[in-house]
This record gives sequence, structure tokens and C-alpha cells, in this order.
Amino acid sequence: MRLLTHNMLSSNIKGVTNGFPLLIEVEKVVEKQVDFNEDFLRNMFAKIEWKALVKASRTMGYTELPENSEASMLNSDEFLRKFHHALLELHLEEGALVCPETGRKFPVNKGIPNMLLHEDEV
Amino acid sequence: MTSRPELQAPPEIFYNDDEARKYTSSSRIIDIQAKLSERAVELLALPNDDVPRLLLDIGCGSGLSGETLSENGHQWIGLDISQSMLDVALEREVEGDLVLGDMGQGLGLRPGVIDGAISISAVQWLCNADKSSHEPRIRLKAFFGSLYRCLGRGARAVLQVYPENLAQRELILGFAMRAGFSGGIVVDFPHSTKRRKEYLVLTCGPPSSAAPRGKGEDGESCSDEDSSGDEDNQSVCISDRHRPRKKQRLNKKMKGREWVLKKKEQMRRKGNAVPADTKYTARKRKARF
Repeated sequence: MRLLTHNMLSSNIKGVTNGFPLLIEVEKVVEKQVDFNEDFLRNMFAKIEWKALVKASRTMGYTELPENSEASMLNSDEFLRKFHHALLELHLEEGALVCPETGRKFPVNKGIPNMLLHEDEV
Repeated sequence: MTSRPELQAPPEIFYNDDEARKYTSSSRIIDIQAKLSERAVELLALPNDDVPRLLLDIGCGSGLSGETLSENGHQWIGLDISQSMLDVALEREVEGDLVLGDMGQGLGLRPGVIDGAISISAVQWLCNADKSSHEPRIRLKAFFGSLYRCLGRGARAVLQVYPENLAQRELILGFAMRAGFSGGIVVDFPHSTKRRKEYLVLTCGPPSSAAPRGKGEDGESCSDEDSSGDEDNQSVCISDRHRPRKKQRLNKKMKGREWVLKKKEQMRRKGNAVPADTKYTARKRKARF
């Protein structure tokens, strides 16, 4: 699972008002090369919750992203490369996602987060 | 025995390892899925500016539809309820991210972040109550509600469905409308029983343009580029197909007068008592006999 997906997922449990961002418990991280596409990054930038991305990338062991960001930084190639790497190339292979409110764990196996809810959580 | 998988078992059980295997080995299934997803992407009508979008594939299964999205250069997130199908997707090394989840429980995505959604032959599963806790209406409401929230304004969702009957179609469409979507159903090849395919084309907010038209509507022949004639011929020759084989063969090799005369001659040579040959020998009976 890439951090792009992590940045979109939120906890869906009944009664949870703010299920975002999910905390990450890391067991194994893999890196996969992905083609660099500037247009996609510019398009996605507005939709990304920057704080959550920075925090997630730090838990995954990547500390290059700046704490704060603004649209003007998109002109720097160096920034775009870092953004690209954090967003698309870091994969959480094994571990868990944790709901920030209830502490419920969603296990991640082989890169697939199991977001199935129990019957009493729907 | 029914041929609808929806009536056999819940999706997470029906799509077991065996069933999932079919989706890598059967070229027919792969071909159909690819065509359906290509058409869905076409109906999605994304702006033609070569910018990759973030799309959602609901019921992505083994990632066949996702492959079409990747070929078009988009990033995607796939959601499916069957672990076996997702395992196959991993084997195929699809490019999108996979999530194990139940669309009837809501999608669990942040609001307004997705640029478009497709779904191939999945949504009709919501009409089934496979567990005692399942209530189709609540599940449909949760699904369409969360889909509406996670799509950006003006984004489209194209859901290819196989509704079992008219009531199911209206149920699905009704809940889509109640969630706030505008749009409707596009039917490809409405006059063909085999090739007929239905797509729910939904838009967040006001419709951006007129609803797209189905292929093969109003008298236009069903034979677009790829119909190799096989399927069309089958539907034309229905009467032939249902005729019993035995009768056809009998008609061809009817034993006529000559054959009877030959047999009688043989019997005479053996010394049997055989009636004389007359104009009545081996004549046809009247139809009303």
C-alpha cells in the first residue's frame, strides 16, 4: 500500500467522527520504482493532507519531506522528486493501520490493508 | 441450477481460489472484462489532457479492470471483498493499490479526493442479503452515500451492473439518486440478449452534459467493429437451434419408393410371399392420417 492510498483512507467505524489520519504500525517497508509524472503530482498536491503525509513518511523511515508546504514549492524539481518518492514509491508491505479514535487495528498483509469491519462496527 | 453467481453464495465465498483462478486462465473472461472496462473508462469522460487521475475501482477483483486504467495512464485504488481475487491481483502485479473491504459498509475514503470511479459487474451484489445482519437498502445507502462523498465535484462514477430484474434496477438507481447523484442508465446493445450491457453513469452535482448514448441503439445494427458474426448468427437462427437433431437427419435420408421396391425384390428372391408392386406401393400417406 502506498502513502497515496494511506492519505485517502479513513476509519469507517460507526460513531467515529474523525477517522483520519490512520496511524501506521510498520513491520516491513518496500520501495518500488514508479515512473515520475509531474502533472499527476501537481494535480494531487491540492488533495493531499500534507501533515498526514509527512507524519506517515517519517514513520516509514523517510525524513526528507519538509514540515510545511505551499503551492510555490511545486516549481522546484527537487521537491517534486521527494514528493513523488514519498507518495508513490514507499509501500507498506506488512504492518497495521490504527484508527486514531478507537485504536482498532486494520492489519496490512502483503501490502493489502484489511478494512473489513465487524458487524457491530457498521 | 441458476447461472447467476449472486444467487449461489456471498461474494467472499463464491470467489474462492478456484473461481479466482479462472480470472487468470480464461481468455474469454479476460477479454470480456477488458472490453467492459474500456467502455466504462470511455463513459467516464475524463478531460482529455493527459494528466493522470486518481480513480477508484470498486470490486476490482483480480485487477483486470485496473489494468485498463493503468494502460490509460491513471493511478487507481482497487477495493474488493474477496481475498482470493486480491491474491490473484498480487500475482498479476497490478500497478494500483489494493484494499480488502466491503462496499456495503461504506468506502472509508476522505471526502472529495477521487477523480472518478468505475465498477465492473459488482454493484448488483449489494441487492443480496447474505448474512442476517445484511439489509440491502442500508448497504446500498451506505455505498452510494460514501461514493458521493469521496468523489470530487463534477466527477463521474460508471458502474456496470447486471441487475436481475426491473425491480433491482430501480432499487439501485433509486438509491444512487437519493445519495445526490444525477445521471442514469446507459444500455449498450439493448436488442441483443447476450451483448446487452448496462452502465449506471452517475455524476456528482449537476450533469455536465447530456447523458451518453448506448451503443447499438435505435435500429443501428449490433455489429460494431468486432462482432465476428458468430453471436449475431446464433440469435437469428433460434428456430434452427431448437429443432431436434434426429428429425433433421431423418428428413434427409427418407426411404423412398426405390428403396421399398429394392427390398421387395430381395424378399422375392428369397422365396417369401410379397405383395405385387402397384401404383400404391410406398406412396405417401395423406397429412391428416
